[in-house]
Amino acid sequence: MIEHHANVTTAAQPHHRENDFAEVHHVYEPHLVGLPPLGQYLREAWRRRSFAVELSRTKLRAQNFNTAFGQLWLVLNPLLLAAVYFILIDIVRGGGRDEDFFAHLMAGIFAYYFVSGAVRNGTKSVVGGGRLILNTAFPRVLLPVSAVIIAFKRFVPTVVVYVPAHVALGLPGGPEQLWVIPLVGLLVVLATGLAMIVAALQVYFRDLKNLMPYLLRAWLYTSPVLYYADEMPQRYRFLLDINPLGQLLAAWSGVINQAQAPTGHQLLVAAAWAFGFLLVGFIYFVSRERDFAVRL
Amino acid sequence: MISLSGSSASSIVVQDVSVTYKTTLERRPTLRNAITRMGRREKVVREIEAVKNVSFDVPSGTVLGIVGANGAGKSTLVRTIAGILPPTQGRIDVFGRVSTLLALGVGFNRSLTGRDNVRLGGLAAGLEPDKLDEKYDEIVEFAELGDFMDMPMRTYSSGMYGRLAFSVAVNMDPDILLIDEAMSVGDARFRRKSANRMRELCNEAHTIVLVSHALGSILELCDQAIWMDHGVLRMWDEPEAVVDAYTQFLEVGQDAVTLEDV
Repeated sequence: MIEHHANVTTAAQPHHRENDFAEVHHVYEPHLVGLPPLGQYLREAWRRRSFAVELSRTKLRAQNFNTAFGQLWLVLNPLLLAAVYFILIDIVRGGGRDEDFFAHLMAGIFAYYFVSGAVRNGTKSVVGGGRLILNTAFPRVLLPVSAVIIAFKRFVPTVVVYVPAHVALGLPGGPEQLWVIPLVGLLVVLATGLAMIVAALQVYFRDLKNLMPYLLRAWLYTSPVLYYADEMPQRYRFLLDINPLGQLLAAWSGVINQAQAPTGHQLLVAAAWAFGFLLVGFIYFVSRERDFAVRL
Repeated sequence: MISLSGSSASSIVVQDVSVTYKTTLERRPTLRNAITRMGRREKVVREIEAVKNVSFDVPSGTVLGIVGANGAGKSTLVRTIAGILPPTQGRIDVFGRVSTLLALGVGFNRSLTGRDNVRLGGLAAGLEPDKLDEKYDEIVEFAELGDFMDMPMRTYSSGMYGRLAFSVAVNMDPDILLIDEAMSVGDARFRRKSANRMRELCNEAHTIVLVSHALGSILELCDQAIWMDHGVLRMWDEPEAVVDAYTQFLEVGQDAVTLEDV
């Protein structure tokens, strides 16, 4: 039999090569309370960011994102939706809506569809990772992140469509509209947190995917997209605060349509939801990550 | 007798490693089932102790064979060494860049092309993009897939899948190669080619862990072997001794079938 000496020499690293698989010495130990060392985890994820980018690019190519018609459809689809909702709401309200409302509707739908698209893609991201998860050691968090990148790349062209509409309707402009940048940031943060949660949940509940359209539809109706936030009756105002998108989209409409800076309350609530979801989503996802390799 | 008294550095050090995991007995876990089940207190999660207190190490440049019956924990052990399934107890040190050739092969998305799958797999494994481009041509050339690389992988035959997986694993220029029963791929010609490549790799300074039911290849390629039985390390010795003991245990004898070079 083999004499096994505990003091195996492992000192000198004979195969060190620069700029390759980065961490050449791997240590695998049990995860404390189900979590891997987070610093190392994040470093590895950042190092492999090109995987998330490349994955989103590949999937978008498969969805004909690169063709002229693909791009056109991407812009046309939310535009048509905005038009249909405009007619619907105008009829329901007895024809009292002006053109400004159309701009509000467009901006709101574009933002909402970015977040819901990220959540929808996120649901499939881990389960669709199949063999890659079974065969390769990498930070799985890159999969939902890639889902958010896809949704974001689909979101950008719609923003470009909004600008001529805004100008044509003669809506105000001004430096306050620069607030759009941090608000997009908050949308991304919120979308990423949510995508991580649903990506992990889908592994345990494979019918979540079927439930998603209903949840997302309900979310749209309770968000200030199809109506202005300050039109909400007093007894429904609480929805703005308990809906993670509520204050964020209220601020969004003000900044984009009316060039009004968001209020402190709006920013605070929106940021709290967004970063809260990112933190909870990340911790939950990473704590379940080990399970993915045996549950797919 | 093999003595490992510190003469050469180890590539892989496995210290008192146990791996347990929970898995579901449901065919497809759903929220609906979870809710309807709540009243009934039915257990659908089973805990599996796949590897129990296993310790060994693989000196640099050694080819280690792993034998054992189905469900003995071989694949779990290899996946733990690869970092895919972290251990629940103990510690594993791996010194070097690892490439895996596991039973399930390459390509996670069948609607994407072979090229995309290879690129994405490489990036996920941590290869730099420019390094990957460099390797890509070698991979394609070895796999002999030609135009198929730009076709969706659902159009591939199972042999083509296997050829691509083998080619990716061996051409990543790894320090450590982990192979889980994935050598019998392709047609007779490709098998010979892959067997030759394996021999080459074994003779070079690579550290290789090889899980195989083909005891012939264990005898031919390996310097050491371990025998896993119900998650426990049963034996760790020269390949001949391990294969002898293992076949005796199975009472199958070493005939053409068990030794078959697959």
